[in-house]
Amino acid sequence: MGLLDIFRNRSQDPSAKMAKERLQILIAHERAQGQHITPHYLPEMQKEILEVIRKYVHVEDDAVKFEVEHNEQFELFELNITLPEKGEGNERSD
Amino acid sequence: MSKVLVVTSGKGGVGKTTTSAAISSGLAMAGKKTVVIDFDVGLRNLDLIMGVERRVVYDIVNVIQGEAGLNQALIRHKEVDNLYVLPASQTKDKDALTEEGVGKVLNDLREEGFDYIVCDSPAGIERGAQLAMYYADEAIVVSNPEISSVRDSDRMLGILASKSRRAKDGETAIKEHLLITRYAPDRVGTGEMLSVEDMLEILAVPLLGVIPESNAVLQASNAGRPVILDENTDAGQAYHDAVGRLLGEERPMRFIETEKKSLFGRLFGRS
Repeated sequence: MGLLDIFRNRSQDPSAKMAKERLQILIAHERAQGQHITPHYLPEMQKEILEVIRKYVHVEDDAVKFEVEHNEQFELFELNITLPEKGEGNERSD
Repeated sequence: MSKVLVVTSGKGGVGKTTTSAAISSGLAMAGKKTVVIDFDVGLRNLDLIMGVERRVVYDIVNVIQGEAGLNQALIRHKEVDNLYVLPASQTKDKDALTEEGVGKVLNDLREEGFDYIVCDSPAGIERGAQLAMYYADEAIVVSNPEISSVRDSDRMLGILASKSRRAKDGETAIKEHLLITRYAPDRVGTGEMLSVEDMLEILAVPLLGVIPESNAVLQASNAGRPVILDENTDAGQAYHDAVGRLLGEERPMRFIETEKKSLFGRLFGRS
């Protein structure tokens, strides 16, 4: 280390500080996501809901969308069903 | 009562196997009957670091599949009393490890009277890594002062808290320890490396030890002799301290300060 390096080191932007700030933001975000693990009963519930719907109308697997959203105070369970177009004759008579 | 201790990190190349070898050797040297298990099926390396690679006959997969008894697969370390190695399979499929099979092996080791069962986790968060931590009572999370390693450590801490047997059975959580490896105090001093304090602030896990960046680690793996056996080295001493703390002793942190250079030394490049 020479004379110049002493001054150069002092004026160098401390990259560790950037690393720490980036990590703090990222990890806070990732932890917030990780806390809301999808409820374990969700797959079973989805299956049963689908069965109930199919009692009345025939829908494809991909016509039903389940989503769980996390807000700070509450969790939102969203269920979207795309019904078949009229005249497709998909209504069940049985 | 035997304790199951997992050495994990998420990220590869941070020193899990070096740490597993050193900590298990240290525990055995402290009089604890210890076994260290390699969970990296297909990419085993613990045998090399422990210097027992030429004595591997059977492995953990053979034991799980009933092709060999536990005592046939356990390799007794020649230099360290009370120390045994259970290697991973090099050829079998990763799916050969099952939750049930691993549970049985661990139970059999408990019955053999082992005080410590050290599980050397593979990198990643796949099956081998999950099974290595699943039955753990305590976890050593190994992390380098480097941004991607710290992030992966945090992820692994989340997995330990949610996917282990203790978490699933609602028992007290796994006791977590942070072990920082490859630490270079002079680079921390110049602001180009995260400090111990930075890492503790981010990860918020009790510190088990700080292992300095050291030539001794490569020399130890070259020789197949756990670095802790060389008590003249900085890394060896730092691992000794970590083992002491693991056993409940209080030891001051060493190797975290830069050696102070004189102004003369700084000016004329005597480093």
